[in-house]
Amino acid sequence: MKKLWTRRRVLRGMLQGGAVSVGLPILDCLLNTNGTAFAATGSGLPVRFATWFWALGLGEAEWRPKTAGADYELPVQLAPLKPFQKKMNLFSGGQVFLDGQSNNTHFTGVQGQMTGKVSSTEGYFGSFDTVIADVIDNGTRFHSIEATCSGDPKATWSARAGSGLQPAEVSPLALYTRIFGPEFRDPNAAVFTPDPQVMIRKSVLSVVEDERQSLMKKLGASDRAKLDNYFTALRALEQKLAIQLQKPEPLPACTKPLQPEADKQQTVMMCVDAMQRHDVMVGLLAHALACGQTRVVNMALTVGMSGLRREGDPTNHHTYTHEEPIDAALGYQVKCAWFTQRYMEALHNFAAILDGIHEGDQTLLDHMLVYCFTDHGAPRLHSVRNYPVITLGGAGGKMKTGLHIPKPGDAVTRVGLTAQQIMGVPVSSWGTKSNQVSSPIYEVMV
Amino acid sequence: MALAVTAVASAAAPSTAGPSSVRISPSQYRQSIADIFGRSIAITGRFEPETRTQGLLAIGAARVSVTDSGLERYDELARGIATQVVDAEHRATLVPCSPHSAQGSDDECARTFLTSVGRLLYRRPLTEEEVQDEVRAAGETANKAHDFYAGLSAVLADMLISPNFLYRYEFVEPDPAHAGQVRLDAYSKASALSFFLWNTTPDKILLDAAQSGQLQTTQGLRRQVDRLVSSPRVEQGVRAFFSDMLGFSDFETLSKDPSFFPRYTLPVKDQSQEQTLRTIVDELVTRHGDYRDLFTTPHTFLTTSLAALYRVPLADTTDNGQPDHWFPYSYPPGDLRAGILSEASFTALYSPSGRTSPTGRGKALRETILCEAVPPPPGNVDFKFIEDTSNPEFKTARQRLTAHRSQPMCAGCHKLTDPIGLALENFDSSGGYRTTENGVPIDATGELNGHQFVGSQGLAKAVHDDPATTSCVATKAFAFETGYLPAVSDPQWRQIMDKFAASHYNFLELMRQIALSDLTYRVPSSALSAANH
Repeated sequence: MKKLWTRRRVLRGMLQGGAVSVGLPILDCLLNTNGTAFAATGSGLPVRFATWFWALGLGEAEWRPKTAGADYELPVQLAPLKPFQKKMNLFSGGQVFLDGQSNNTHFTGVQGQMTGKVSSTEGYFGSFDTVIADVIDNGTRFHSIEATCSGDPKATWSARAGSGLQPAEVSPLALYTRIFGPEFRDPNAAVFTPDPQVMIRKSVLSVVEDERQSLMKKLGASDRAKLDNYFTALRALEQKLAIQLQKPEPLPACTKPLQPEADKQQTVMMCVDAMQRHDVMVGLLAHALACGQTRVVNMALTVGMSGLRREGDPTNHHTYTHEEPIDAALGYQVKCAWFTQRYMEALHNFAAILDGIHEGDQTLLDHMLVYCFTDHGAPRLHSVRNYPVITLGGAGGKMKTGLHIPKPGDAVTRVGLTAQQIMGVPVSSWGTKSNQVSSPIYEVMV
Repeated sequence: MALAVTAVASAAAPSTAGPSSVRISPSQYRQSIADIFGRSIAITGRFEPETRTQGLLAIGAARVSVTDSGLERYDELARGIATQVVDAEHRATLVPCSPHSAQGSDDECARTFLTSVGRLLYRRPLTEEEVQDEVRAAGETANKAHDFYAGLSAVLADMLISPNFLYRYEFVEPDPAHAGQVRLDAYSKASALSFFLWNTTPDKILLDAAQSGQLQTTQGLRRQVDRLVSSPRVEQGVRAFFSDMLGFSDFETLSKDPSFFPRYTLPVKDQSQEQTLRTIVDELVTRHGDYRDLFTTPHTFLTTSLAALYRVPLADTTDNGQPDHWFPYSYPPGDLRAGILSEASFTALYSPSGRTSPTGRGKALRETILCEAVPPPPGNVDFKFIEDTSNPEFKTARQRLTAHRSQPMCAGCHKLTDPIGLALENFDSSGGYRTTENGVPIDATGELNGHQFVGSQGLAKAVHDDPATTSCVATKAFAFETGYLPAVSDPQWRQIMDKFAASHYNFLELMRQIALSDLTYRVPSSALSAANH
C-alpha cells in the first residue's frame, strides 16, 4: 500500500529526537486555485466558528423586516450592517420557552439559546459553541478563546458541560500575549526551532497525570466528576505544549498583529471606549483564527445588564431600558437605540476584519459562521420573545446568506440547532422540554 | 403580587452532605505560597475568576472545577513561583541541601526538598510512591537540562498545578470509636481549620498534631483551635471571611465616572475596602466586640483621600510624603456616618457608575447582611410608569421608585428593597455625602421589616436589632468553613448559635465554636459513598 506523506508528517519525522532548525519557504502555492483547499494535502480549509453577544436586544418589535427571504429592507437598528447584508442572515420571532421557570432577566433567555435548556442560575453548562469546538478543534493550540470589552471576566456565555463558564480575557494586551506572545509559533516562519523548555514541561506533566488514580479511588461521584474536568483541562494543556513542539502548517492568511498598548484600566464605563476595545480584541481574535491558533472564538461586548454610558450622562444603557419611554412616533426607546447602534457598528467592524483576511480568493468571513445573539427580545419588557439572531458568513459554502427568516412563536433554539448541524455536529435533536427542537432551519442550509 | 422574603439558610441544603473537595481561593493560594516560601516570592499572573454561589465564593469554590484557560493560568503562576524558589537568590534558604553537582541529578537532595515542600503544599505527608515519581522526574529533567535546579523547578511547578494543591480534599478513615463508621482524617481536619481560621495552609505544628493523632481527640482539637484563634493571624481569617461575605470581589470590576466623582480615585477604591476591613478587625478582633455593633460603631480608620470623599476634616500632620497614611477616627455623635453600611465599601460597591440604585443597595443588604433572598422581577413587567430622569416630575430616586412601586406587579419585591436603599440616599454613587439630587432635597426615610426610621443611622440601628443579622453571619461563617449552609434546625447548629448569643455575639467565639463542633466535621455523604465504593 502506498503511504501518503503529508507535509506535516515529513516535518514530524525530521524533528524527532530534539531541537533542530528547518528552513522552509512560505508556500502560497499550497492553496489550490479556488482557495478552498490545501493543494498538497487535499484537506479543505477549515470552517471556523464564533459567537458574538450584545446586550439588550434591538428594540421592541418594529425592527422586524416586513418581508422574508432575500433583498429585505434592513431595519434602522441594523443599518451599520448594510455592507454585509449579502453575507448575513437575520432570524426574527423566535422565543425561549420558560416552562414554568421564572425569567431570571439577562440570564434565562441566553441560557435557553446557548444551552437549549432553562433551569436555575447555577445550571449554565454545555453551551453549543463548546460542542462545536469539540467537533472542529482538530488539535489547535486553544480549544476556544473568550473575550469581553467590559472588563468583567465573567461576561461570557461559553460553558463546557463539566467545568462551567469559561472566563473571558478582559485586556487586549493580555489577549495578545496569550495568543501571540513568546509561545506563538508563526506558521509562516522560515525557521522552526522547538523550545527545549516546552519539551521538559510536557514530559514532566505526566507526574500530575499519575496522581489521577489514587485520588479517584478516594472520592465520591460528584468529586470524581470535578476531577475528571480537571484532567480534561490538563490534557488541553498537554495538547497546547505538544502543538508548540510541531512545525505548523504554513497559513498564507496568517500575519502576526501588532501588540496593543497596555490598558489604562480594566473596567470600561463609556460605550465609546468599550467599542474601541472591541475592535482591537476582535482584530486579535480574527488573526488567531487565520493563524490556526483556534477554530472557535467567543466575544461578549458586555454582561446583559450593560453598564455602558455616554459621556456626561450618569444613566447607563441597562437603566435606560427600564426608565426611558418608547417614542410614540418611532416605536422604540431613542436613547437605548443609540447604544444598539454602537453595538451594531462594532459587529460591522468584526465582519469587516474577517472579510478583510483573504484565504485564497475568498475571505475568512466566507469560511466562518458567526452566531450573534442577545439576552432579550423586547428590551423594555426584558422579554424572552421575538429574539433577533444574526449570523454572518457562509460557513465555507454550507450556509446560504442574505436572508431574513421570520419564525414568529417558534423556538429560537432552532437557529442553534441549525448552526450546530452546519458546523458538522452530529446532532439531530437539541434542547429540553419546550425548547427541544429536531428540525433545523432548512432555508439557510445548502 | 405579594412575595415573601425567603430565609436562605432555612431553605438550604442537606444537614449531613457537605462537599469533599473545595478549590482554594486566590487569597488562600497567595497566603499559602507566602507562608511556605516567604513573601519575597512574587506571584505574578491572573487567577481564574471565582464563582459566587448562595452569596459566598466559599460555597462556589466547593462546586467549581477548573476550565482550560483556568489551568493555563495556574500553570503560568506555578512556573513563575517554581523558577523563583530555586533561583540563585532563594535556593540557599529554600532548598535545604546542596546537590553533589549542580549540572545533574541528585536524588537524595531532591527527595529532601520535595518531601518537605510536598507536605506543606499537599497538607499531608507524600506517599512513598508520590515521592519516588517526583524524584525520578526531577532527576530525568536535571540530566536532560544539565541543571539540578531545573529538575526541582519542573517538579515543583507540577505540584503547584496538582489537584492535591489546588483543591482541599476531605478524606475519611475508619472511626475507631464507632465500628463500621468513618470519620474525617486528621489532615483533612487540619486543612479545614487552618483555611477557616488563618486563610492559609496548615503550619508545621498543626500538621504535627494531625500526624500524632492529637487532632482527633477532643482535647487536642481544642488546644489547636485555641492556639489558632488566639494568634494574631486569626485576623487573616476574619478579613478573608468578611471580604467574601461583603462581596468585595466585585470591586475588581467597579468604576466610577471621574467627571461626576473626581474624589473616587483608584487608591480610594482600594482604601474603601481596607477601611471596612480595619473597622471589622478593630471591632471584632482587637476589641472582642459584639458583631451587631459593626453597624453602629462610630470608630473607624481613614486616610486623607477617604476623608476628602466623606467630607471629613482630617489633617495629616505626621509626615509630608505619605498621602495614604491611616488614622483612627471616631465620628461625632449624630453623624450620618457610623457603621460599615455608611462606608463606601457598601454604598459605592452597590451603585452603578453614574448614579445610585436604592433597589440595588436594598437588595444587597437583604442578601449579604440578612441572608434573605429577593426574588427576580417577573418576566412581563411593564415599566411604562418609570420615566426619564429628565422628566421634571421625577428628580429623585425616591420619586422614580415611588412611581414604580405603585404598580402591583412591582410592589412586592420593591417593598423589600427600596425602603432600605432610600435611607442611604445621602450617599451618592461613589459613597460621597450629598443632601440634594437634581436640586431637590433628599428624603432619607426608610423601613426595614416593619421598623420605620430616618437615614443611615436609623437603618444601622434597625439592622443592629434585627435577629436575622446575627443568624446570617453565623450561617455564612459556617459555610465559609464547610462550603455549605447549615440546616438551622439541626440541634448542633442551635448549640453553636446559643453559644454565639451567650458570648454577646463575639465573632471570634463564633469561629471557635464552629471550629470545635462535630457538625463541622460531619462526614459528607459523597465521601461515604466513596468509602463504601
